[in-house]
Amino acid sequence: MADKQTIKIEVLRYNPEKDSEPHFQTFEVPFTHDTSVLQGLQYIKDHLDGSLTFRWSCRMAICGSCGKMVNGIPQLSCHTFLRDYYPGKVRVEPLTHFPILRDLAIDQTDFFNNKLPSIKPYVLPREEKPLSAGAYVQTPEQFHKYYQYSQCINCLLCYAACPQYGLNPKFTGPGALALLHRYNADSRDRGWRERAELTNSEAGVWGCTLVGYCSVVCPKDVDPAHAINQNKVNSTLDYFGVLKFLMPRGGA
Amino acid sequence: MAQVKTYIRSMRGWWWRDPYFVRYMMREGTSVFVAIYAIVLLVGLLRLTQGEAAFNAWREALASPVSIVFHWILLLTVGYHAYTWWKVAPKTAPDIRIGGRALPPMVITAGGWLATIGTSVLIYVIVRWM
Repeated sequence: MADKQTIKIEVLRYNPEKDSEPHFQTFEVPFTHDTSVLQGLQYIKDHLDGSLTFRWSCRMAICGSCGKMVNGIPQLSCHTFLRDYYPGKVRVEPLTHFPILRDLAIDQTDFFNNKLPSIKPYVLPREEKPLSAGAYVQTPEQFHKYYQYSQCINCLLCYAACPQYGLNPKFTGPGALALLHRYNADSRDRGWRERAELTNSEAGVWGCTLVGYCSVVCPKDVDPAHAINQNKVNSTLDYFGVLKFLMPRGGA
Repeated sequence: MAQVKTYIRSMRGWWWRDPYFVRYMMREGTSVFVAIYAIVLLVGLLRLTQGEAAFNAWREALASPVSIVFHWILLLTVGYHAYTWWKVAPKTAPDIRIGGRALPPMVITAGGWLATIGTSVLIYVIVRWM
């Protein structure tokens, strides 16, 4: 490790038992060409300060656990490399717009306990069929209508990119609303009507002002901004009572 | 919410935090100028209904130096707003698919610009020569 380059990592620290507010702590971390920001944090935890708290799991951009603000931008820390910041320093903070539990760990309860269940994130079958009737079939064209939105890994980067969520935590937010569209757009699902009340509400699509940053930071190209804004049109048509004539499925 | 003490960060000055948010605020801010310009044109329409003298007075007011400077500001701000408008248009457009593939966002933005430029040229030709 001796001949390696080192980089300064500034980490936001917060200990709820001791601190009244968070503060930054700087660490000098050795790195190579393929050291991710997450690995940098792991180095700190293993060698410099074992009390540093942060979430991670898969280290290959699929589990959605290690989202952090890296130099002010919401990113997966396993998908962000120290080499890109050298010779500057890297500033790592917990995802913004969420309460800080400890150090880099945020309180995700609002998303997992409130937002996600509220959109009914499961297929509500259009027609109940007995098991003997076989699978619900779908054409590739129908599949592509929702595939992109089904790629969400619940990493919450889009929430950290959404000032409307930061200003009003009642807003359902980009991730959950993109998933709402994922199920509405699925040909096997009953669609619009089941989730209409939430979609049409102030906490639904109308809480969005199309800042659009959610779609920029999304590591899975889900494009929540597009999902939400398509449903503003649907919500308007629903308000005027014309949506049911335009939607081919089950009273829209 | 978790049953432990958490720290909630302030949203104060959030629009300065990221250049993306600054551009967003500029997009929203310039929409005020779009509204102002719409009012200027609506006043013109109102003056037209009040007869020739009233309409000519409105046109004269538009030709004043203050009005010309103001209209340059309007042109710049409304122009920037149009730029941002077409930039976000792919997000507000329906899910258009050709042969199963999503239409590239660039096509929607370029289409918007073509429509804007085409209409502007057409209006200019009509006003200038017809």
